[in-house]
Amino acid sequence: MSMVVNSTINGDPIEFSCEPDETLMDALRNRVGLKGVKEGCGTGDCGACSIRLDGALVCSCLVLGAEAEGRKVDTVEGMSDGAQLHVLQTKFLEHAALQCGVCTPGFLIAAQALLEKNPTPSEEEIRYGLAGNLCRCTGYDKIVRAVQDAAKTMNKRSKSKKTTGRKK
Amino acid sequence: MNAENKLPKQVFRSVGTRPVRPDGVDKVTGRARYGADYDMPGQLVGRILRSPHPHATIKKIDITKAEQLPGVKAVITSKDLPDLTNGDEDLLAILENCMARKKAYYDGHAVAAVAAVDANTAKAALKLIEVEYKIHKHVTDVDKAADPKAPVLRKDCITEGVSPAPTKASNIAAQSEFGHGDVAKGFKQADHIVERNFRTEQTHQGYIEPHACVASVSPDGTGEMWVCTQGHFVFRQQCAQLLGLDMAKLRVTSSEIGGGFGGKTHLWLEPVAMALSRKANLPVKLVMTREDVFRASGPTSATSIDVKIGIKNDGTITAGEATLRYASGPWKGSWAALGAMTAFACYDLKNVKTTGIEVLVNRPKTTAYRAPSAPMAAFAVESVIDELADKIDMDAVQVRIKNAAGEGTQSSYGPVYGPIGIGPTLEAAASHPHMSAPLKENQGRGMACGFWFNFGGQSCTHINIDIDGSVTLTVGTIDVGGARASLSLVVAEEFGIDYEQVKTVIGDTSTLGYNEMTDGSRGTFASSMSAIASVRKAIDEMISRAAIMWDIPAEDIEWRDGHAHATGKGHANLAPLSIADIAARAGKTGGPIAGHTELNADGAGVSFATHICDVEVDPETGLTRVIRYTVIQDAGKAVHPTYVEGQFQGGATQGIGWALNEEYVYGEDGRLQNPGFLDYRIPVCSDLPMIDTQILEIPNPNHPYGIRGVGETSIVPPLAAIGNAVSNAFGVRMTHVPMSPPRILDALEKAETETA
Ligand code: FES
Ligand code: FES
Repeated sequence: MSMVVNSTINGDPIEFSCEPDETLMDALRNRVGLKGVKEGCGTGDCGACSIRLDGALVCSCLVLGAEAEGRKVDTVEGMSDGAQLHVLQTKFLEHAALQCGVCTPGFLIAAQALLEKNPTPSEEEIRYGLAGNLCRCTGYDKIVRAVQDAAKTMNKRSKSKKTTGRKK
Repeated sequence: MNAENKLPKQVFRSVGTRPVRPDGVDKVTGRARYGADYDMPGQLVGRILRSPHPHATIKKIDITKAEQLPGVKAVITSKDLPDLTNGDEDLLAILENCMARKKAYYDGHAVAAVAAVDANTAKAALKLIEVEYKIHKHVTDVDKAADPKAPVLRKDCITEGVSPAPTKASNIAAQSEFGHGDVAKGFKQADHIVERNFRTEQTHQGYIEPHACVASVSPDGTGEMWVCTQGHFVFRQQCAQLLGLDMAKLRVTSSEIGGGFGGKTHLWLEPVAMALSRKANLPVKLVMTREDVFRASGPTSATSIDVKIGIKNDGTITAGEATLRYASGPWKGSWAALGAMTAFACYDLKNVKTTGIEVLVNRPKTTAYRAPSAPMAAFAVESVIDELADKIDMDAVQVRIKNAAGEGTQSSYGPVYGPIGIGPTLEAAASHPHMSAPLKENQGRGMACGFWFNFGGQSCTHINIDIDGSVTLTVGTIDVGGARASLSLVVAEEFGIDYEQVKTVIGDTSTLGYNEMTDGSRGTFASSMSAIASVRKAIDEMISRAAIMWDIPAEDIEWRDGHAHATGKGHANLAPLSIADIAARAGKTGGPIAGHTELNADGAGVSFATHICDVEVDPETGLTRVIRYTVIQDAGKAVHPTYVEGQFQGGATQGIGWALNEEYVYGEDGRLQNPGFLDYRIPVCSDLPMIDTQILEIPNPNHPYGIRGVGETSIVPPLAAIGNAVSNAFGVRMTHVPMSPPRILDALEKAETETA
């Protein structure tokens, strides 16, 4: 018997129905149509299905669809600000931090969560912060560099925002 | 075309730059559609039932109960996939592997499949299928399987390639030999000889996207398929043959591909999806679980390799010999042959002999994994060369430089080399700062070389000039990691226009002629060769259109910087015409402008790499970490250097995983014990340092721009480079990959007892 779930997905109120044993990953992909949520394993080992649930980074294959009731869900589809790509998205492109790109949505979400918690991570902190996401193509080198560069850019921007704020 | 291009182009304006890839934004916003991201109207969900036994005769399959479950639309067994292979042994192996016929040959072998209205119904239906098995003894180890006393997988398997042919069936499916000179004589000239056995375990390509397809077969004999593949034209041919369709009536569209590394060159579930669709008369989506991917899609061979090399005190290698046993799963492969061909390919040897032995085992059907078969052979040979260097007290790089193959060398597998990069990568390694950086306690440094043939082959491309002057390139080779960017650069270069003016797309099987797979590092090499030819045809056409527009002879027009220029006396007043100028008038000067090419891309140009690696071993736990890594490789000409670096880094990382962690673990019961990313551990971000790269460019004389394939060689040296690094750290020769903590601890213990 399927159930009805109400949640806020990428900022919009969305109602979807799913089976009680259906994962949030499957519900997002097949019921809501957010195919940017990727399945690499279905067992919490690859991070391709990473999303934010009330801001927390989770593997959506390990969460039930029903658990999204009344909560905030964020996926890669909601990452850019209208036509303006998120800095992480831009930096991933500039650094060629993707080859096949199937891991990319998960990495972007994980990196966003990481930089919110720690805006100035060291290389090691980035490497451990992203250790839950598998990439088989890149060897991670360019992913780490893209995140480093994004952190730098975001910090510069927030600094200049602060300075202009003070001037006002 | 080769004859026209004696000297590859030297000066470039687009090639060699690093623009953002054309498919990039889709991939960072979640828009890009991979295998599982596509739906057809009315589509059913497919599921496959797999054998839990490694070796069993299928006595009976009863599908009645499953068929009666409400919501089930089709249940199939091998009966629904009759043998239409017409004596084609390789295709029959594919068919048998996609759906077991008389016997299940490995844990995970498909025996039946269902299509139902939803996943839960399909899963419930699988449980209702009753299979009666007669279980046989199994063998999963390559050396045990090669033993005459082993349980024989196929009663009709008589070793090919030996004469006289054996009279008894065995698991040795084939034997092949390569080499030249007289190795016995060579060994007599040697001052030192080292002979050892090396073993490597089975690994998986580990692409993050599981196999997936959506298939639709109609009662009118037409079909459509959406699939993640490295070669949709090959998939179409094989699927059409297996299902008995006309090839032209099956249209295959390749999805974005979430990694392949060779694993997606092979059919695993697509014919099953088609048979289900045909029976249900509805489209069927079939997606593998990760467990299915590990249990039932092609890993690489496990190997056991005997190597013997002789050397003189001055560093000259006098002879090299190897016997390479490669497990190919339950069907004959040519994996040992590839290992035997590549083993000594880096060196100029007077006397060399290699023997490849294909061994059948109760494991999944082996398929290509990036430079297939080369890493294992390199592990064995490069380890022994290091050991010999030690014996004669010569630097490991210098020994290799002394014996490196060069232009004119007869390779160990036959052909004579043109200009090649092994020497230059070694020289670059010798002078690389990494080579002389200090090491700390429990750290070691190793280096090793690697070779890959590179493929060319059939390619077909199409250039369309749109009326606004923008250009579409349609190719039939899959983009596995940035090829659309590289091909757009090549087209921009040849036209003399900006990269932004070009859009490269991958056509489906109905839009272009046959194209071979993206494998063997051929994608960019072959498609760019074809694309350049297509551009040249389009340019010729534009020149003739300009001639009409200007009303002057075509001979008075020259193409330069994206424009037609009128040359010669009397035309000075004619302003150059851009592509847009010419295209805008196309309707009046002869219709649409295009350029089209089919060719067989010859002369792929072999590829070499040298890697340097530092490791740190924890002597308490045996845990080994790579702390510094450098890849030096010849790219011929790096079209998009960032993506070339990416190939180097990705291949090296796969090699690092293979060297240190990854392996298929089979229990006594013949079942795979680690079919998931938790227990089959591929490298994660925190395991690794940055991977430094150095691109060398030794132009390939057979390509107009000098391009060589770059995708594969980088996985070849790491096993040996890491093995040599560990050996150098502790003075103990590592002979078994992966060098997981227990194996490292064993080796350290042995070293202690030996020195005590
Ligand atoms: S699909 Fe969820 S972690 Fe792999
Ligand atoms: S880019 Fe392919 S898995 Fe990361």
